[in-house]
Amino acid sequence: MAETMGLVQDVSATPSRVPPIVQVDDLHVRFVSKDATVYAVNGVSFTLDPGEVLCILGESGSGKSVTLRALMRLLPRKRAVINGRVIVDGHDILSLSTSALSRVRGEIVSMIFQEPMTALDPVYSIGEQITETVRRHEKIGRAAAEARALELLELVQIPSAKRRLKAFPHELSGGLRQRAMIAIALSCRPRVLLADEPTTALDATVQIQILLLLRQLQKELGMSVIFVTHDLGVAGEIADRITVMYGGRFVEEGPTTAVMRDPLHPYTRGLLASTVHGQMHRERLRTIEGSPPNMEMLPAACSFAPRCRYAVDRCLEGVPDLHRPFPNRSARCIRLEEIGSMT
Amino acid sequence: MANYILRRLLYAIPIAIGVTVICFSLIYLGPSDPIAAVMPDEASAADVQRIREAYGFDKPVPVQYALWLMRAVQGDFGNSLQSNRPVLDELIPALQNTLRLAVFAAALSFAIAVVVGSVAAYSQGTWLDKTVTSFAITGVSVPHYWVAIMLVIVFAVELGWLPAMGMGTGSSRDWAWDAEHMKALILPVISLSLIPAGIITRTTRASVLEVLSHDYVETLRAKGLSEATVLRHVLKNASPTVLAVTGLQFGHLLGGSILIETVFVWPGTGFLLNESIFKRDLPVLQGTILVLAMFFVFVNLTVDIMQTWLDPRIKRD
Ligand SMILES: Nc1ncnc2c1ncn2[C@@H]1O[C@H](COP(=O)(O)OP(=O)(O)OP(=O)(O)O)[C@@H](O)[C@H]1O
Ligand SMILES: [Mg+2]
Repeated sequence: MAETMGLVQDVSATPSRVPPIVQVDDLHVRFVSKDATVYAVNGVSFTLDPGEVLCILGESGSGKSVTLRALMRLLPRKRAVINGRVIVDGHDILSLSTSALSRVRGEIVSMIFQEPMTALDPVYSIGEQITETVRRHEKIGRAAAEARALELLELVQIPSAKRRLKAFPHELSGGLRQRAMIAIALSCRPRVLLADEPTTALDATVQIQILLLLRQLQKELGMSVIFVTHDLGVAGEIADRITVMYGGRFVEEGPTTAVMRDPLHPYTRGLLASTVHGQMHRERLRTIEGSPPNMEMLPAACSFAPRCRYAVDRCLEGVPDLHRPFPNRSARCIRLEEIGSMT
Repeated sequence: MANYILRRLLYAIPIAIGVTVICFSLIYLGPSDPIAAVMPDEASAADVQRIREAYGFDKPVPVQYALWLMRAVQGDFGNSLQSNRPVLDELIPALQNTLRLAVFAAALSFAIAVVVGSVAAYSQGTWLDKTVTSFAITGVSVPHYWVAIMLVIVFAVELGWLPAMGMGTGSSRDWAWDAEHMKALILPVISLSLIPAGIITRTTRASVLEVLSHDYVETLRAKGLSEATVLRHVLKNASPTVLAVTGLQFGHLLGGSILIETVFVWPGTGFLLNESIFKRDLPVLQGTILVLAMFFVFVNLTVDIMQTWLDPRIKRD
């Protein structure tokens, strides 16, 4: 896939003071089965600085979760073919041995999931699920691990933490379960936290609490976070930087406020169109006319072109390179300037 | 937890009563008058009537049931019509003999099935999985007495490694845990294990696959746990189902297999049941069925309690 080579050079040319904690180069993921091949991620490159919060926005099926899982190589080994390079805190994730990988998981990078109802093992207590993680990664005794578990439940502000250690997941409400999930993910103080729509399944008020908690913990612990969401309000609340995903590619990337105020890519414009500035809180992504691309047969062209009102014949000639009209901003569209002057 | 166990015990009572009623009514379900069956043809009507009264058959049915039950709970199931000895004297050795087979067969099939079933689930769709699955189906569907005969031909007749039948030297009532007796166990235990092993393997495979499809398995891997620890979580989640099926199979094994016990001349409960049916020995039949049914209720109760211990989601207040 030579079309993305230009992007790789772009990324490495970006000047940055501290080395990034996550560096992804030309990531491709496809799922191969007897009936079909699904091209879920098609050349994604980005970096994440220590302490930075990156939000990945995009429609359902655009490849957000697959990108996130690829960062931990948490994809079905038999069906998923992963290509490219993923470096997390100096570890080359895609070439690690299984045992080395399991050391990185949970210790350097960990993940929280969308469904707190199903993401916890129902037959082990919350306390056990934390202590086993701690003891897997650190040489400490049972008592010390239990003390850490209690500390963690207090950190994620679970009331009556001591009693909750013995609780089983089904005995907790959705919000508390998600807090427990966060406690497990943070149990070894990872440097990178991956959050796959961690608030989507929760009630609105609980969503805000969890979001505030995550933001506070991110600041306190100085973690880097990659946060996947459908929700523009959530992205605006928590992210330093936003990237917009479409058809398995990052089509736009930039600082949160800049992207929200002044979107470059026609797709991002479409997403934001219905949103009045300052009132975007809790607003869901508006659907854009047309249907998302078929991930089994992606064209060698701009995959948004069929739905784009600015599309011209040239858009179908190849996958657009990443253009950088301003510092720190980029978008995969060949007509950025023309569209910019139109509006 | 103690509360829960107590409640389960209370639930078991009506079941146990139902079982006693059914066992008792066996007398009246038979095709012929039980007294007539044991009396010689030339017996006079007066003699028949005397025996009838002696055994209490002249009283109203509920009274008969109450009397029978009272004796039964004290372990008195009457005397065998054939040997005239107390039923319990026949039943206890038979039950011990079958228990020896059943415990080993259940343990063996459980151990094999859990390993093989998990391997099949983890390698779903590969040749390994397909081999295991077809072996499991074969185990369930091949006639196990035929396998027993084949085993005897190979290991007893041809190779002479193991005894072809019986429980070692001495009468069927002197068992000892020595090499000779253990050798006698091997072939019948293997033959008896086939069906339970097949069934438990398929159950394990299905429940491990089901558990592996859950999101929390991904969480376990995301935490960096070793694959062995992940497997421990998976098995614990799969265990309530596997245990339920194993308990059921153990219950079946307790009933003894008439065919296997016949092939190996193993005087167990299957043997005893067969004989008592054949000879219309109703007290023995009643006593055996009642005790076996109680064992079955007890095994189910044990499985229930173990399940609540393994899966906290099952209500235990
Ligand atoms: N394990 C898998 N096997 C096969 N295809 C998969 C698998 N996981 C994801 N896909 C496919 O990859 C594509 C991207 O899926 P992904 O889950 O990343 O979407 P998403 O952006 O997270 O969507 P959502 O917002 O609905 O979570 C989809 O077409 C999906 O069907
Ligand atoms: Mg997703």
